[in-house]
Amino acid sequence: MLFAVAVFAPLLGSIVAGLFGKAIGDRAAQAVTILCMILASICGVSAFVSLVYGGAPAGTVSLGTWLDAGTFHASWALRYDALSAVMVAMVTCVATLIHIYSVGYMSHDSTVWRFFSYLSLFSFAMLMLVTADNLLQLFFGWEGVGLASYLLIGYWYDRPSACAAAIKAFVVNRIGDLGFAVGIALVFVTFGSIDFSTIFAAVGQHQSDTYSVFGTWRAYEVIGILLFIGAMGKSAQLGLHVWLPDAMEGPTPVSALIHAATMVTAGVFLMARFSPVLDYAPGALAFVTFIGGSTALFAATVGCVQNDIKRVIAYSTCSQLGYMFVAAGVGAYQASIFHLLTHAFFKALLFLGAGSVIHAMSDEQDMRKMGGIWKKIPLTYAVMWIGSLALGGVFPFAGYYSKDAILEAAWASETAIGQYGFWCGLLAAGLTAFYSWRLLILTFHGKPRADHHTMEHVHESPAVMTVPLLLLAAGAVVTGFVFHEQLLGEHWQAFWGNSIQIAPTNHVLHAMEEVPGWVALSPSVIGLFGIAVAYLLYMAMPQVPAQLAATFGGVYRFLLNKWYFDELYDAVIVRPYFALSRALWQVGDATIIDGIPNGLATLTTDSTAQVVKIQNGSIAVYAFSMLIGLVFLVSIFLLFR
Amino acid sequence: MTWTAMNWTLAVPELVLACCGMGILVFGVLSKRETFQLCSMLTIGAFLLTGVLVLPGAYGVGYSGLFTSDAFSAFVKLLVLVAAALCVVVSLDYNEHVNLRRFEFPVLMLFCTVGMMLMASASNLMTMYVGTELMSLAIYVLAAFARDELRSAEAGLKYFVLGALASGLMLYGISLVYGFSGSMAFDKLAEALADPASASPGLVVGIVFIVAGLAFKVSAVPFHMWTPDVYEGAPTSITAFLGTAPKVAPMALLVRAMATPFGQLLVQWQQLIVLVSIASMLLGSLAAIGQRNIKRLMAYSSIGHMGYVLIGLAAGSVDGIRGVLIYLVTYVFMNVGTFACILAMRRRGKMLEGISDLAGLGRTDPAMALAFAVFMFGMAGIPPLSGFWGKYFIFSAAVQQGMWTLAVIGVLTSVVGAYYYINIVKVMYFDAPEEAFDPRPASLSFVAAVGGLFTTFFFVFPAPVVAAAEAAAKVLFR
Repeated sequence: MLFAVAVFAPLLGSIVAGLFGKAIGDRAAQAVTILCMILASICGVSAFVSLVYGGAPAGTVSLGTWLDAGTFHASWALRYDALSAVMVAMVTCVATLIHIYSVGYMSHDSTVWRFFSYLSLFSFAMLMLVTADNLLQLFFGWEGVGLASYLLIGYWYDRPSACAAAIKAFVVNRIGDLGFAVGIALVFVTFGSIDFSTIFAAVGQHQSDTYSVFGTWRAYEVIGILLFIGAMGKSAQLGLHVWLPDAMEGPTPVSALIHAATMVTAGVFLMARFSPVLDYAPGALAFVTFIGGSTALFAATVGCVQNDIKRVIAYSTCSQLGYMFVAAGVGAYQASIFHLLTHAFFKALLFLGAGSVIHAMSDEQDMRKMGGIWKKIPLTYAVMWIGSLALGGVFPFAGYYSKDAILEAAWASETAIGQYGFWCGLLAAGLTAFYSWRLLILTFHGKPRADHHTMEHVHESPAVMTVPLLLLAAGAVVTGFVFHEQLLGEHWQAFWGNSIQIAPTNHVLHAMEEVPGWVALSPSVIGLFGIAVAYLLYMAMPQVPAQLAATFGGVYRFLLNKWYFDELYDAVIVRPYFALSRALWQVGDATIIDGIPNGLATLTTDSTAQVVKIQNGSIAVYAFSMLIGLVFLVSIFLLFR
Repeated sequence: MTWTAMNWTLAVPELVLACCGMGILVFGVLSKRETFQLCSMLTIGAFLLTGVLVLPGAYGVGYSGLFTSDAFSAFVKLLVLVAAALCVVVSLDYNEHVNLRRFEFPVLMLFCTVGMMLMASASNLMTMYVGTELMSLAIYVLAAFARDELRSAEAGLKYFVLGALASGLMLYGISLVYGFSGSMAFDKLAEALADPASASPGLVVGIVFIVAGLAFKVSAVPFHMWTPDVYEGAPTSITAFLGTAPKVAPMALLVRAMATPFGQLLVQWQQLIVLVSIASMLLGSLAAIGQRNIKRLMAYSSIGHMGYVLIGLAAGSVDGIRGVLIYLVTYVFMNVGTFACILAMRRRGKMLEGISDLAGLGRTDPAMALAFAVFMFGMAGIPPLSGFWGKYFIFSAAVQQGMWTLAVIGVLTSVVGAYYYINIVKVMYFDAPEEAFDPRPASLSFVAAVGGLFTTFFFVFPAPVVAAAEAAAKVLFR
């Protein structure tokens, strides 16, 4: 019951604010949505606590039948287990804080009620996604967050760049969704059901099923790849990542909620949810690790040279998601969810902190025009430090525990692809620390590079924005060591219950404990090294980076332009597609499809004119045509009788 | 031959109607005052009386095989009587208005109806010819009834000259058939042609000539040329009449002639009918598009409708003939209703015939516009109006016989036809309103309402019409 309230309270808030927001005013719309979110987070946290600590039984909350056609059944039901409970608690808490923060951040906007309605709608969709009891309901939530994301990225719809970014996000996600939808179909074909409990109970029976597409494969591998393609789209993994940096066109709270803390982690959640099946698909898992590791490294390199404060954090998100997939790929689903959890707090914190900076700097996002403001906004400065420490994986902040766990698991998996994930992750950890401190130093230290006018306006954000920052900062500090032992320790099964099931051969969690000492230490060392380099380059010798960029111009431009992914897609996909579309439009539609009816119409009117011409009123002509007709008919009759 | 073998009682309805006609004629001549209204009422009464006499259904063959009374003839006769009666009703006000209030008008319609009833019962080529001529002669006069008006006189003359040509063709065909088979009775002909191979070319040519004569009456292409001119020129009340009963009777006669005596030659005449049908549908739908005069438009519309009806005949099955009869029923009601509306197009005492004169009728006279729209949608064959069901029965019969081409062309041409029907609806509802029409007389509202209700609600109670049509069609295939 608590669980259902947690899921549906945001929907109520969204509907009230969306339908009546204009009538009841911004204040009331904010109040309604925030109250609903607070209610949801109280219920969400209590449901989590009573399940994990109170011994409440896991199960499903049935809400009714959705579809019932032949052998295909789908119901509305909330799955209540450790995985969904932890996600619900995290989503409701983070979303509530971001709602509150938005009151301050969006105070100058003209349609605040619309913004809050969308935010709550997103929260509801995300909760539907994580509590789904079957794949179709999960897909419903999946598409729901996609829609909310589209609406929020394009929230400032009078900006062309925002509209373009919204469309890009939607289209790129469709590509992933196609894979996901086909994956669902294949799950139904294989298991005869899309219900999680039915699927997971039957995992043993279908192990040797095969599926033929471009050769014959084990069905589990194909399912795993297809579901992962869906996850790649939603979680912005290499290849389908191009939408995430552009999504920063949305208001900063949106970036914090959707494109850092919650929605983009849906793919990771999907991997964990499907752990019982994936654990029997080593090929698919290897692919997951490969993409995850590559993404972690790729995004970290790009993050090092970006100048837009939000884009740096966006690439860091992309990179951190790569970590989570590495963990999932080596079978340490618990570690991936753990990182998801800690990441949600410190990444939301970083984004909101960045928002606070942008707010203070009169909507300036370019770090090259910041600097020297740390004394003016000390609170923001402090929380940004906390966020960066957590992100950089410095002891004892949250990121330290989760990132270390992932790297250890990758090492401990003892496969080649696991090694690849480990080295990519390790390298990325150094880069992460580097660009985090680059961000801190460029933003807060040095000489002020903004104009005089802006600097006069720099001010600390109001309490409604700073209080959520402080709460998130607390989360970024404590979630690591509070949950580390429970989620990953010896007795992880007591926490997770049946929500994460692994194959009997999967001992990665155990092996993690026994990795060599240097493996456990190396992330911290390389992280500190990264910090040191950043300090040297940007604090001690601020002229060096420009020289470096000039010296290694090729590399610099390659990174600045994000490995030319956008240009590549533009040349290979977008432009040919536009050309094809234009051809189909102008030739296919305008000429052929429109031409046929138009031509027929012209033909008809022309023949009308011809037909009527004979009708000239002369009896002789009439009689003659009768006789001609008669002769014609007689001839036909005689010829063909 | 004995007196009883004559079976003259079978023709009682015709005899009664003819006697009534003569009585009304005498009354009209002797009366000192102008008796148009009274004679019209008497004519309607005579139609009703005849209809009551037809209903009991005394079936059999009389007059030594010249005259047949069966379910088919009864069906046709009732339809003809209803159509004629409704046409007299629509003429009541119009003839008063345009100075045609002469008692001969209803009397001529009455004798025309006698001729049509005779055609429905004809079972001999001679009866067929006599009935057709009786009908036609009356119509020649009626078409020229507004004799002081050039257009009407021209229409009458045109129709007469061309009709004489058609009669000549038919008569020549009859003589050919008689010459090559030795008989004029339908049953004898059927026996003689039991083996299709024995049909001589002369006989076949005779059949074509007979078809040509009847096709002229139903204005099927290529014998349609008179239709637009006569429709436009004749007084509108006569145009209304021309479009209904005088189409039904020749069509019924054509069906009986093709099915009974020449039924064994189906394969031969089928292609003839198919050609005529396709040509009629095409011309009816194409030529109507350019028309500005609503009477001319209705002329082309009737040509198209006859094309559809001929599909049913071409199918040459019970279902096909059933379709023909159902189509004729729906067509009569839609047509008479449409003309009731056309006759109501009068502004400050002046009759109007232009399609553009209907502009904005939806606002100035919503009831009439609604009725008009119903008829137009019905003629276009939009479900659930009766016109759709007529087409449905026809097309499904054609498809059952594997005549896909015919059905497809029928559907395509009705799409084209829908353009000009719905165009009228568009003019009525979306064009800028003109000045309102004069108030409608009750008689026209009545006929429009009858037609409209029948067209709209036919789909609710189609069973009586369909069952009667089925029974009538089966008679021909015994």
